[in-house]
Amino acid sequence: MAPPPRHFAPFHPVSLAPSVGEASRTGQDTARPYPCRILTLQRWLAIIAGLVAASLAVCALSLLFGATRIEMSAVVETLRHSMSAGEFDAATMSSPALIMVHIRLPRVLAGFLVGGCLAAVGVALQALLRNALADPYVLGVSSGAALGAALAMMFGIGTTLALVPALPLFGFLGGLLSLVVIYRLAQSQERLPVQSLLLAGVILNAILTAAIMFITSIMEPNRSAGLMAWLMGSLTAPDYTVLTLFACYAAVGMTILMRLAPELNLLTLGEGAARSLGVETERVKKQLFTVSALLTGAVVSISGMIGFVGMVVPHAVRMMVGSDHRLLVPASALVGGMFLVLSDTVARTLLAPTEIPVGIVTAIAGGPFFLYLLLCRKDRM
Amino acid sequence: MKNETIEDARTRSRGAAALTVDALAFRYRAADQKGNTWSLDNLSFRLETGEILGVVGPNGSGKTSLLKLLAGIMAPSKGEILLGSRPMAQLGQRDIARVVAMVPQDHVQVFPFTVADTVLMGRYPHRPSRLWSLGGGGETEKDLSCAQQAMSDTDVWSLADRLVSELSGGERQRVMVARALAQEPAILLLDEPTAFLDLNHQIEICRLISRLRSERQLTVVLVSHDLNVASQYCDRVLVLKEGRLIRMGSPEETIQPDLLRMVYGCEVVVDAHPHTGRPRVTIPMGSAV
Repeated sequence: MAPPPRHFAPFHPVSLAPSVGEASRTGQDTARPYPCRILTLQRWLAIIAGLVAASLAVCALSLLFGATRIEMSAVVETLRHSMSAGEFDAATMSSPALIMVHIRLPRVLAGFLVGGCLAAVGVALQALLRNALADPYVLGVSSGAALGAALAMMFGIGTTLALVPALPLFGFLGGLLSLVVIYRLAQSQERLPVQSLLLAGVILNAILTAAIMFITSIMEPNRSAGLMAWLMGSLTAPDYTVLTLFACYAAVGMTILMRLAPELNLLTLGEGAARSLGVETERVKKQLFTVSALLTGAVVSISGMIGFVGMVVPHAVRMMVGSDHRLLVPASALVGGMFLVLSDTVARTLLAPTEIPVGIVTAIAGGPFFLYLLLCRKDRM
Repeated sequence: MKNETIEDARTRSRGAAALTVDALAFRYRAADQKGNTWSLDNLSFRLETGEILGVVGPNGSGKTSLLKLLAGIMAPSKGEILLGSRPMAQLGQRDIARVVAMVPQDHVQVFPFTVADTVLMGRYPHRPSRLWSLGGGGETEKDLSCAQQAMSDTDVWSLADRLVSELSGGERQRVMVARALAQEPAILLLDEPTAFLDLNHQIEICRLISRLRSERQLTVVLVSHDLNVASQYCDRVLVLKEGRLIRMGSPEETIQPDLLRMVYGCEVVVDAHPHTGRPRVTIPMGSAV
């Protein structure tokens, strides 16, 4: 028998799981690739690239669906036509292109950003509270933001306040308030049991919802109807100025969250352990609160209250890619974006031309999952 | 990191204290009406480099509080702690974590992290915080080899790919020791390191600690309910009761029937260990009760 050709040798990893006794005796054999699964840059890049590609595909597909089905060829044709003419003016556009560029595209983009932000905030809150059921909606952070935004609407504060958009600002303040209340409750014990945390969220939600209802009851009927529709959680096509602003919020928030990923990893060990490993927990917590409230405020001001994305998506993604937040945060954001774009496509098309608020779709999809987790995975919460 | 080792080397060559505790006092909540007692009251002691100190005392005597203060998890209400010659209050968490590592009593992990992930978390204080450290794979060669060494030292290397939440209490405890060793600390704080371990791993951890002390001049503070662990493995023993230092000295000076009766309020028999000659504590049965 001829020995195998030499050049095959490098393709054979000596052994990915080395014989245990040997490894523990010698300890040092770093010449080989690290023989256990850790997050390498290659793995990170591969997963993120895959998810980005999937996101693009989902967004492109959902552009085709809606009250009227638009054929891809027609879209491409009209877009090419207006592109060559250098015209994006609504007046001269054919109707499919008009729907595409001024209604569906901004809506899909907004949906993607909203879903991504909600999922990323969910990841951060779950790590901070060491609880896989934490979610901005369940914990009342969204309600806080909604109350802030509703107050802004009631006092008729215009769209801007000293050049800062008023709705996201008030949403931010309201969300921050809820977060601090919830965190104080959670902190009063070493780790708040999941039931108590959820109960605290329910009560906070009830109080805030009552306050919002009070505001709607004293508003003029036509304005309060608009407020109610917004509260149910719906994506409407925002104009590109609002969308750009929202994208800026999302970009800043996501960057900060991703930079804090190693700290999020350590915070899952508990605050004391994180501090003994060198995390400035007070500073990191403040940053996390601020970013979470900022993103929730921005999301609520653009889409109202959309629930369960922040809980379901991180949980599912964690099962797929593991818990390392350096990967979990961006992967959850991408999957969250896809999830909401898909939900919104369902909301638009299921009973077309009537639209279902997307918050209802996500609640119907996510609520049962939440219950399942509560019932079946209790031992690990 | 470099500053640290130079500092340590200097400390060692001088034979100076690794840790100085000066008039340390701590209470959880000043506003607490009924329990307005001090968890720790006016504690002062020095710890030499390369020394193993055992801390013993009944439940609620402030052992864990002391450890948390030494680890920089909590700030003292009064007094100060010096790491080498530097007051701890002036150091950042990261600076402290490069010198002091703590093994907590128990560890609850709700999320699916693997053992390797968890041990690599111990490298956090050594990793510079870069502006663009967004993605994965931030571990350096040094981080990986350190974590690997720590895992093989504590015999958890075979568990590297397992989830921490699926391990037994003893395995988890060894993972926590590995995480602390990955920090490459000069001072190691252990809270009940042998509580969940079966006999062979108890012995292994204690031997590992002795070995690290002789190899790396590691200074160890070990809180234990087990007076025999304190007596057999520690150079000195600190006896705490109700937050006060009752006595500090060699095992022979501290593990004495009179003192233990005073501190624990029960009779014990102390004789010499047949191998080491150090005091050995046993609980009398029958006649003595």
